[in-house]
Amino acid sequence: MSGFWGVTRAIVGREFLRFIHQRERFVAALVRPLVWLLIFAAGFRAALGLSIIPPYQTYITYETYIVPGLCAMVLLFNGMQSSLSLVYDREMGSMRLLLTSPFPRWWLLFCRLFGATAISILQVYAFLGIAALFGITMPGWGYVTVLPGLILGGLMLGALGLVLSSFITQLENFAGVMNFVIFPMFFLSSALYPLWKMAESSPLLRDICALNPFTYVVELIRFLLYLQINWQALAWVAISTLVLGLIAVWGYDPARGLMKRKG
Amino acid sequence: MGTSEQHAKGGLAVRNLGFTYGAKTALRDISLTVPAGRFCALLGPNGAGKSTLVSLLTRLLVAPAGDIHIAGHDLRTRSRRALGKLGVVFQQPTLDLNLTVRQNMSYFAALHGLPRSEVPGRIDAALDRLDMRARGDERARNLNGGHRRRMELARALLHDPAVLLLDEPTVGLDAAARQAITAHVHDLADQGLCVLWTTHLTDEVRDADALLVLHQGEIIADGTAGEIRGETSLKDWFLARTGPVPA
Repeated sequence: MSGFWGVTRAIVGREFLRFIHQRERFVAALVRPLVWLLIFAAGFRAALGLSIIPPYQTYITYETYIVPGLCAMVLLFNGMQSSLSLVYDREMGSMRLLLTSPFPRWWLLFCRLFGATAISILQVYAFLGIAALFGITMPGWGYVTVLPGLILGGLMLGALGLVLSSFITQLENFAGVMNFVIFPMFFLSSALYPLWKMAESSPLLRDICALNPFTYVVELIRFLLYLQINWQALAWVAISTLVLGLIAVWGYDPARGLMKRKG
Repeated sequence: MGTSEQHAKGGLAVRNLGFTYGAKTALRDISLTVPAGRFCALLGPNGAGKSTLVSLLTRLLVAPAGDIHIAGHDLRTRSRRALGKLGVVFQQPTLDLNLTVRQNMSYFAALHGLPRSEVPGRIDAALDRLDMRARGDERARNLNGGHRRRMELARALLHDPAVLLLDEPTVGLDAAARQAITAHVHDLADQGLCVLWTTHLTDEVRDADALLVLHQGEIIADGTAGEIRGETSLKDWFLARTGPVPA
């Protein structure tokens, strides 16, 4: 077992070192949600009226409403960033080093996923900290209770990144795929507006949002920030994580031949 | 060379290996044996199937048919033990350039499950072996191409493998660095390591080396380099059978 733990430590440690060497990535990951929070939300505050919906027990500002969605956005972008670096690793050769380790491939992939999730969570807390400095705060214990939701959501979105990376053969194809994944996932969710609000303009769009696993990552985080559990969201996220994880392991199965297309 | 796994208990044995990319056959019924203490050159022009064979030997790909034994362990059924006995230097650079030489090696040691307490000593020994100890704390980015390759070779020896696989390891190196790496790996074979060295450059093969010539997915010659080439130079022999390729 010590070997398994050593592998975990090494892979997660390498993710951290890589992250430290890419400080601009950290800044970009923080600026993105802050722009949404401090500019977009401020602009739309008057336009978007919100009624009292669970988990909120009082009227809230729009800025407060979109914080969970922006936390999930950090996880989403990081999951995709991690996926991009996997494709890069495959093109550069360092993926070969990882995959020729004697340890089971699913374990190596899980360690990679866990490392990327840990870094995402650091960024979410940095974002929540800056939001708090601007007066957008959550209940104190909410910052603690949200952690399991961030871990699960991060693993789900990281697994989605792994799945994508196993099917994307070249770095150049990545930008296009991202546009087809990140933006629809983010906008067709409850990150920016509650589903009932969406239903007012289009029941079809509301139904699409209700089928989007990202919606449930947002809701899981939203409820946990207010010390509550949304069981439906938890089930959706857990099942999605499992399914995406299994697809990723299948995608990286040597018998299927991930490296086939790269020679 | 024979094909018995018994013969290559500390070495490499491949039997009836085949692989296709869709309709295109990359390798057809490949069998080879490299015993411990032998330097075997796998010579083939570009597109002969060398990279596919390396991917199969490292389990990046799994063949539908055929067997691979590394130091007596079946790669299909006992992959963990088999990969634990295999050292690999890939054609593509696999160093993290932002990390130091030692950090790169520690990462590799963990990937192979080496006990933490043994790692510093093993890194020192591997670096000493390649005369690289003084560069241990430098970032890989600051090393030249030859030193990076030496570092990758040192890293591949860290877990004390029985079989060393090098996939065109001299690509991109200058003449002096090529010669140094080639000579060093020959020394390793003399010390008892089983070495499979893929290349398309005939001048890296010595007459006493075991030689396998791969062409269009098939082994067309298997023997000692000196015997195979006969009176002609290996380059001329190779060109005559595989068509014009860069020397």
